[in-house]
Amino acid sequence: MKIQLIKKTDQKSVISLIIPFVSFLLALLFNAILLIIFGIDPLEAYTVMLKGSLGSSYALSETLVKAIPLMLTGLGVSIAFHMHFWNIGAEGQLAMGGIAAAFVALFLQDTIPPNLLLPAMVIFGGIAGAIWGLIPAALKSTLGVNEILTTLMMNYIAILSVEYLYLGPWRDPQGYGFPGTAKFPESAWLPSLTGRIHYGLIFALVGAVILWLILRFTKLGYEIRLIGENPKAARYSGINIGRNIVIVMLFSGGLAGIAGMAEVSGISRRLYTGLTVGYGYTAIIVAWLANLNPWGVLVVSFLMGALLIGGDQLQVAMQTPAAVAEILQGAILFFMLGGSIFNRYKLKILSGQQNTKAEVEHE
Amino acid sequence: MNEAFIISILVITIRAGASLLYASFGAIITERSGIQNLGVEGIMIVSAAVSFAAAFHSGSAWLGVGAAILTGILLGLIHAVLTITLRAEQVVSGLAMTIFGSGLASFMGQRLGPGNTTMVGLQGPSFERIPIPLLVEIPYIGPSLFNQDILIYILYLIIPTLWFYFYKTRQGLELRAVGENPQAVDAMGINVTRLRFIYTIIGAVFMSLAGAHLSLGYLQGWADNITGGRGWIAIALVIFSTWNPLRAVLGAILFGGINAIQFRMQAAGTTLPSSFLNMLPYIATILVLIFITWTEKFRKRLGTPTALGIPFVREEKR
Amino acid sequence: MNQAPKPIIQLMGITKQFPGVLANDQINLNIYSGEILALLGENGAGKTTLMNVLAGLYRPNSGRIIINGKEAAFSSPKNAIDHGIGMVHQHFMLVESLSVTENIILSLEKEGLVLPTREVAENIRALSEQYHLKVDSNAAIWQLSVGEQQRVEIMRLLYRGADILILDEPTAVLTPDEAKDLGRILRRMANEGKAIIIITHKLNEVTAFSDRVCVLRSGKAVFTCLTKDTNKKELAQEMVGREVLFQLKKSKCSPGSAVLSVENLQASNDKGLPALRDVSFRVCSGEILGIAGVAGNGQRELAEVLAGLRPASGGRVLVNGEEITNTSPINVINAGVSHVPGDRIGVGLASNLPVSDNLIMKAYRQPPITQGPVVKKKNILAFAKNLIAQFQIKTPSQETPVRLLSGGNQQRLILAREITASQGLIITVYPSRGLDVGATESVRKTLIEQRDIGRAILLISEDLDEIRQLSDRIMVMYEGRVMGILNAEGASIDTIGMMMAGQETKETKENAR
Repeated sequence: MKIQLIKKTDQKSVISLIIPFVSFLLALLFNAILLIIFGIDPLEAYTVMLKGSLGSSYALSETLVKAIPLMLTGLGVSIAFHMHFWNIGAEGQLAMGGIAAAFVALFLQDTIPPNLLLPAMVIFGGIAGAIWGLIPAALKSTLGVNEILTTLMMNYIAILSVEYLYLGPWRDPQGYGFPGTAKFPESAWLPSLTGRIHYGLIFALVGAVILWLILRFTKLGYEIRLIGENPKAARYSGINIGRNIVIVMLFSGGLAGIAGMAEVSGISRRLYTGLTVGYGYTAIIVAWLANLNPWGVLVVSFLMGALLIGGDQLQVAMQTPAAVAEILQGAILFFMLGGSIFNRYKLKILSGQQNTKAEVEHE
Repeated sequence: MNEAFIISILVITIRAGASLLYASFGAIITERSGIQNLGVEGIMIVSAAVSFAAAFHSGSAWLGVGAAILTGILLGLIHAVLTITLRAEQVVSGLAMTIFGSGLASFMGQRLGPGNTTMVGLQGPSFERIPIPLLVEIPYIGPSLFNQDILIYILYLIIPTLWFYFYKTRQGLELRAVGENPQAVDAMGINVTRLRFIYTIIGAVFMSLAGAHLSLGYLQGWADNITGGRGWIAIALVIFSTWNPLRAVLGAILFGGINAIQFRMQAAGTTLPSSFLNMLPYIATILVLIFITWTEKFRKRLGTPTALGIPFVREEKR
Repeated sequence: MNQAPKPIIQLMGITKQFPGVLANDQINLNIYSGEILALLGENGAGKTTLMNVLAGLYRPNSGRIIINGKEAAFSSPKNAIDHGIGMVHQHFMLVESLSVTENIILSLEKEGLVLPTREVAENIRALSEQYHLKVDSNAAIWQLSVGEQQRVEIMRLLYRGADILILDEPTAVLTPDEAKDLGRILRRMANEGKAIIIITHKLNEVTAFSDRVCVLRSGKAVFTCLTKDTNKKELAQEMVGREVLFQLKKSKCSPGSAVLSVENLQASNDKGLPALRDVSFRVCSGEILGIAGVAGNGQRELAEVLAGLRPASGGRVLVNGEEITNTSPINVINAGVSHVPGDRIGVGLASNLPVSDNLIMKAYRQPPITQGPVVKKKNILAFAKNLIAQFQIKTPSQETPVRLLSGGNQQRLILAREITASQGLIITVYPSRGLDVGATESVRKTLIEQRDIGRAILLISEDLDEIRQLSDRIMVMYEGRVMGILNAEGASIDTIGMMMAGQETKETKENAR
């Protein structure tokens, strides 16, 4: 008996809906095995995670809070990925957004009228993230420098800059040894919708709508799709790829920057170590799992947030490292990747002599 | 700047550069066969954790190395199956490996200490420096090159061996060919899939040796995020060296050197904040990348394996 | 008559199926030593597939291969080579970055640890003398000309002791002189007892080189005969299955003013070597200028420069008097220039996007498709529907991904798009490449129609028949230079052939206009 992979010639298939589901289950199973190896009861662990992330209104609220930065960075990453521009730098762009917002909150609180402080923070945060995304974009479009490495290196520079600032010149003099900046004035606090869920959620929803509109209804959206599909054809049809890379990365970085602003202004209300915890990297998984669809990004961000909160809960309730959530993330991605082949190829099981039926060609 | 200072910088250059070089070799081998593996960071950090834990609990650093090798084989196999058999998107697969690896390593770091506690701060078996008599007397070069640990000495032997393998053997020829034109190689009856599997796994083993050297040779211990992005610098090194193992040696020395200078200046109590110094390698990498990409524009045949990242499929019409 | 010689290879009932197409349908074929067999058929008839089966690259779904009386099944090309069967493909299976010697070593059995470079180089030299195959063993493949690379491929098979050599469209990339050389080499090898199979779609090759010919059509072997017992007309008929019009009816050309003016154009190719040297010509409205020449003499680079996809290092390009030298593709498009690229899938289409998205590639910037920054889906669909009907593009729907369309319909799509977008000049590169007879005819008729309504058409093609059928004037390029421009009517093929091979003729000194 032989198993062959044959390229699919049709599009629709029930299989392509079932595959992600099966992949997810397999990932859970794989993770369960890992947990057992380390002496942790997987059922207990999963139950704790589920309860801790979705089991109460408090849990749901925490999940949403965690999901907001994922949504914003996920949207940013997805639009870049549409063009096959591998923006691995969302983490750094987020960090720069946080720095800019902190700067406004801490040092411009006297120059800017209080009711304009928050909008200023949004603008500065977005611009900072956009510039951070612009640099690798410009390098790629003018010199062709590989963006995976540049965006990544910029991450480290940004993260280290944050560290430098809150440990050094921006350190809170009354911090009592706690590393971080002073707390922002209240006028710089992003108001909440309910509980801890802050206006960042609105930003995310607006972002999704804007992205959806762009992709579906504008010239830019068409050009992005064409560039992602076949850059040679895009160039042939007159599209200026370099210019589009820059525009898209301004968006992408800007969204991540606003995510950073929302985090420092809506949650921590200061600049400290809790800003750069990997949202930018998780965003990549989110974007990919959501198949780069803006609404998908919102949904997957929520689920991913649940995963992360679940992991935290695991640490609290069972003294199990929160890193379990990260492992599960990676496992889900692995299995999804493995399953993705069935979107393009179908399995054919042949016995002994190959029997084929002639297929009529379209002509 | 006296002799001792220079020597100490050279020493650290070699020590820091060793794991970079191991990892780069791994990436070069993998990419030359046509497979992109961005999971270097993940493989390195998991191996660092595994090797330290294995060494600590067994009392033998060599067992730690063995554990690292097994880890490399396993993780390399995963990446190979995903990218070769299942033809998944290689960039995403590598990133998944990095994320998975970071999580796994962090988890292990908190759980593999004695009594299921953290490994941070533990002292375990490690590879100490072994001065080679006579050679160590040579001024400057002696103390820096010939007073290192055994894993580094092994690396010295690997360098010419790898060069010979690449350019003077049949296997090396096949390796160089399969990443350039797998269709041609296949037409000559050579099994492309088998080669890519083998080299992806071997590459991962090299990457895991890099991790082992970090926790057992250079930094001798475990800390969260012990790799600190070295895996990514190794990938940058691959481009910097234009996929040529000998040039990778130069690159590793260069980047190791930056690491060393930063280290030394910190220790010497410079007023520059450590964060800035920590940024140097990353800024340097960007500058180097710009430089070589810019010069590559003027010299077309600079060696990117032509078929890199493209899955190999044989029985396809057109 | 004496007893018929025993075939060295018998193919019996070979069938090969691909998703969506039956490439070989129960084919029977005998191959004899010392003989050159031509496998004739159009693109898509199944010739290359059949030979790929024989050479071990594909496994047949059914059928048998019998070698010297014994049944054989090849699991891989290596298997086939072990049985003495080797193939030189259209796209050479050479690793460009390695040297000739290294490439040949790759095809040998593994022996020992160190590369036997010196030994192999010596053997190459010996074989080179025996068969008059000039090959420089130290050169890197990317440094060699196409003809030289082909010789390396042949050398490789001889080195492995191949007795049956298959060549796929061997003269496609050679000048007439190089082709004659190849013919001599093949004849020499046949005289030494080898069995040679040439895959071709060119009647000239069949009559010039072969002893026997087998015609394939739509996957079936329809006609086999000794070459001397048949003629081109009969072969052509068997190839297409009906009377072929060798000459397309077209009205007399009455050209208007110059639409495209190229003056002293210079440009380099990807390797930095000069590809265009001092090229000058004009195309007027209502005429087709065909650019003939063996592939690789600058035609591709010329099309790219004109489309704004490659920089010119000297000279000028003017469209309707407006200079567009070295501007970006968008400016060229806005100047009304359309381009039907030679690389259909790689450049002209986004294969995973729907038909509608591909159709609007040139039109999406203007109303009615866009208003301001907004793209109106309704108008896209209307636009697409119109073009599909007008140009008879067969597709299940407008949302079908373009990769599912046949080659002919893909080309119709591109033509539909480009003709609609054109405002006077259409550049088309090898338009009927890979298309069957029906699609080819329809494409060529479309071009003539466009010419008749006053468009200026620049036709670049490797197919001399296509050039001669369609062009009003013919320009020949060789090594980046214009060898001559002459009126198509009454142009002697010998003159054209000589110019293609670099021979300066009296036409080189004078231009037709």
